[in-house]
Amino acid sequence: MITILNKLDFEIIREQDVVPFRNQVKDAAVKVGMGILNQTKLITAASELVRNLLKYGGGGKVDVETVTNGRENGVRLIFSDKGPGIKDIDLAMKDGYSTGKSLGLGLPGTKRLVNEFNIQSIVGEGTTVTIIKWKNG
Amino acid sequence: MERIPILKMGDFLLVTIQVDLYDQLAENLESDLVNAVKKYNAKGVLIDISSVSIIDSFMGRILGNIGIMSRIMGAQSVIVGMQPAVAMTLVELGLTLTGVATALNVEKGMELLRSKILFNEGQSYDHDNNTE
Amino acid sequence: MEDNSTQILKEKKEAILELWITKQIAEDSYFNAEDQKEDSDDFVNAFLNALNESNINDKDAKGFEKVHDILMGISVSRAKRGFTPRETGVYMFTFKEALLEILSKDVSDPAKLYEDSLKISKIIDNMAILTFEGYIKGREDVISRQTDEITEISTPVIRVWDGVVALPIIGTLDSARTQVVMENLLQQIVETGSTIAILDISGVPAVDSLVAQHLIKTVSATRLLGAECIISGIRPEIAQIVVHLGIDLSNIITKSTLASALQTAFNMLQLEVHKKKGNFINN
Repeated sequence: MITILNKLDFEIIREQDVVPFRNQVKDAAVKVGMGILNQTKLITAASELVRNLLKYGGGGKVDVETVTNGRENGVRLIFSDKGPGIKDIDLAMKDGYSTGKSLGLGLPGTKRLVNEFNIQSIVGEGTTVTIIKWKNG
Repeated sequence: MERIPILKMGDFLLVTIQVDLYDQLAENLESDLVNAVKKYNAKGVLIDISSVSIIDSFMGRILGNIGIMSRIMGAQSVIVGMQPAVAMTLVELGLTLTGVATALNVEKGMELLRSKILFNEGQSYDHDNNTE
Repeated sequence: MEDNSTQILKEKKEAILELWITKQIAEDSYFNAEDQKEDSDDFVNAFLNALNESNINDKDAKGFEKVHDILMGISVSRAKRGFTPRETGVYMFTFKEALLEILSKDVSDPAKLYEDSLKISKIIDNMAILTFEGYIKGREDVISRQTDEITEISTPVIRVWDGVVALPIIGTLDSARTQVVMENLLQQIVETGSTIAILDISGVPAVDSLVAQHLIKTVSATRLLGAECIISGIRPEIAQIVVHLGIDLSNIITKSTLASALQTAFNMLQLEVHKKKGNFINN
């Protein structure tokens, strides 16, 4: 059972929104007491996902939450867009899959950086990706 | 538009990245560097990333690209000072940047560049001789 | 309730305690009377004091909180002292037996006896689950402490020469451990300005594709920093396993001994060791 301790919303519309957003993620990670390695992994994962949000989702919003599962604290990020959606999620999660110009290192690699990873997508309606990184990673 | 400064030091180009990298900035750096290599006929490119705390797959690819492009244009390149947390994260992402030369710091990076350039020049010298 | 079960139980406290202890002794030949008697006494008192007309129907009733706390305490301490899981469960089940036996002597109506036995059963079974949870927590505390100790002892980074560090890895290399080893190693490489790291795995008992993956990750990370990694301590069995599993180590420098790895390191650094004239000097 996850309890939200703090929550911040971000609108991601332009590339300029990315750096302030990353800084907020870093603040949340520091507040939760994460070590440098876990902070780096979380912010890097956030960077990957926010790029997807901009490039494929047409922009969207991110919730930056500090949460607890009763045993330890962590950071949860929820990326949601109203873009075209992903037709075949299983394929997207396979290492090596790609659309657009980038290589297929996006989603599967990002998943390895965090503790919990969930993706929901409906073609024509949008995509929501939720990740959680606990303090002790 | 923010651009990362490129310093000329003799035959070398020196780039120190001290701000948070984002996509546009990284792409600009890629094209700026390639143009500078041509303009100054540079033999070596050194990129100092000791202040960079986040490198994701996009930036990682740009760094790889810079290495290849420089080589195609006849220059050696080296990336120095990667932070341990960044290295571990890149490896987890599956980006090992195998085509890119790396060194611990600027000093060692310069040494590496010099030896690579010498080696290369030795090679092309032999090659020229052989075609005679 | 006509026959007041809770009343009966409260009155028979001494009998219950005695019967319970007898059952505990029957189950466990190493029973230490003094030790356990005090714990059991505390528990019986707390339980009977808490039990009443209303909460006999509700195993989660607030009134039982204190009883649960006492039980947790007993259970965690037993786990740390090395009691078995069975002994922990039996503790509660023998108590239930004692309670129900005493009850059956004084409640005449079979239907009533059955009904109240079920209620009490529910309460005690819930407590039995609690003792298991307490037991597990106790064991986890022990494991956690030991893990911390092991992690501290087993990842030393040794500066064997100017620019060369060695990391003898002892014990299994799982992903959690690999993180710690990698962090430590990379940090040391930066701090000492070393360009060569020797990872000695002669102390790693089993190498499978997962362990190999961890090693390859460590080598990749080292290279990103600008240093090189040599893996030494490759036993013949490991070489066989690696080949049979089809693991590709072609990009990694491997040696069978730390000594030969050091020799390789010297070569890479363009260093030579010369013998001076004269014999072994013993100060």
